[in-house]
Amino acid sequence: MNTSDARSLLARLLHRIAPEIDLVTVDDDALLRDDFDLDSMDFLNLVTALHDETGIEVPERDYPQLATVGGFSAYVASASASHSR
Amino acid sequence: MGEFRLPSLGADMEVGTIIEWRVRPGDRVHRGDIVAFVDTEKSDIEVEVFEDGIIEALLIEPGIQVPVGTVLARIAPAGEAGRSAAPAAPPVATPAPTKRRTKRPTPKLLTPKRPAPNRPTPERPATIRAGDGFVRASPLARRRAAAAGVDLTDARGSGPSGAVLATDVEQMTTRPSEARRSTTPAAPERASVVDRQGAMRHAIGALMARSKREIPHYYLATTIDLGPSMDWLAGTNVARPPAARLLPAALLLKATAIASQRVPAMNGMFRDRFEPASGVHLGVAIALRGGGLIAPAIHDADRLPLDELMAALRDLVQRARAGALRSSEMADPTITVTNLGDQGVDEVFGVIYPPQVSLVGFGKIAHRPWAVDGLLGVRPLVRATLAADHRASDGHDGARFLAAIDALLQQPEAL
Repeated sequence: MNTSDARSLLARLLHRIAPEIDLVTVDDDALLRDDFDLDSMDFLNLVTALHDETGIEVPERDYPQLATVGGFSAYVASASASHSR
Repeated sequence: MGEFRLPSLGADMEVGTIIEWRVRPGDRVHRGDIVAFVDTEKSDIEVEVFEDGIIEALLIEPGIQVPVGTVLARIAPAGEAGRSAAPAAPPVATPAPTKRRTKRPTPKLLTPKRPAPNRPTPERPATIRAGDGFVRASPLARRRAAAAGVDLTDARGSGPSGAVLATDVEQMTTRPSEARRSTTPAAPERASVVDRQGAMRHAIGALMARSKREIPHYYLATTIDLGPSMDWLAGTNVARPPAARLLPAALLLKATAIASQRVPAMNGMFRDRFEPASGVHLGVAIALRGGGLIAPAIHDADRLPLDELMAALRDLVQRARAGALRSSEMADPTITVTNLGDQGVDEVFGVIYPPQVSLVGFGKIAHRPWAVDGLLGVRPLVRATLAADHRASDGHDGARFLAAIDALLQQPEAL
């Protein structure tokens, strides 16, 4: 999965949590929590959905790396590369 | 002969509309079974039955708005076994005369995700939706629509509150183009599009105004060191997949629930006088996407193991946002917690939900300088606040209560 695939995946997962979000129109540095009004429960649900779909298990200490749209995409792309090895 | 009445699903509820019956005459029901899906000003609620028996007759058609206390169905006792399990029916409130209204104060809802105009726009079909693609319609209309392959979201309802009736479906099947083009000439009351945002704002406003008018609030605040709790949480979650992880909120709720049980003056209802509750049914204030607030209860939260409390919280938030709460969750919280920490504020001084007598607030968990054993360190701190009813307790009780929450959070492994 490259970062573009990861961004599409994020859009799909986010749609279930917050259907009003349109990722097409947002920058990579948009903050998931602040700009999309995700609370800690939403974020946990996002990480859970990511795990269910891809098997990527994000430890809590890595949460800060997933704070932005770009950060999330880069993390997932890189994790999927090491995951599939 | 049992009468199944529209229960009061929170002190702010005056009327409700059955969206759909989930039972039919002749069905056997047990206490706690969901029998109807009801639209209130704040949410769509799955209403549970309070006794065992057999549904004898459904008296109210879907789509008709009725006041709290209206008999919705008759239930015949299911033999000798059914009778004994029946007594714990919740109080059924009849609206006070002054609050009785023949009409809804605000027009009713459309789908919450799409802010609706307050009046039906003439060029669009006046369709009542109570959620994602849900259309208020009579069961017969649903069956006819399904049989004819007609999409109910395209139907213009001519029934009460805009409910789609079988005749509307027939019109669509015979004259589809006309039905779609048809405007709502002089029937705004019959086919009113519902603005749930407005209705919810009204309901919240009315309840909070009553709270501020009637309840002599007092407020306390304290700072709690969450170091032990956050360390314990990190250590616990590191070995868990995301689906099994705990949020700090689970610890805060559990500590509050146990403290409520220890300081009974915080937990209960005020009706003429304070009535302490026997169980702790912890209301959780949940912000809805697109605006609004709902505070359903987690039952017996003080007795739930942390994992179960976390699962209950997850489930409750999801159902609150999907509009699928149950009547028992709405009717009986004994104390409520609001957690605005995620929005970044340090503290929240809440307004008590009548007839409850206290509201606990938690702000954000932030790392700040803090002295422990004479040494300055950086610790995760949270501001805990209490708004409490002076008719039920004094500041002394409130202080004991907050101190109990603090003490419990210092030993998270025991929660």
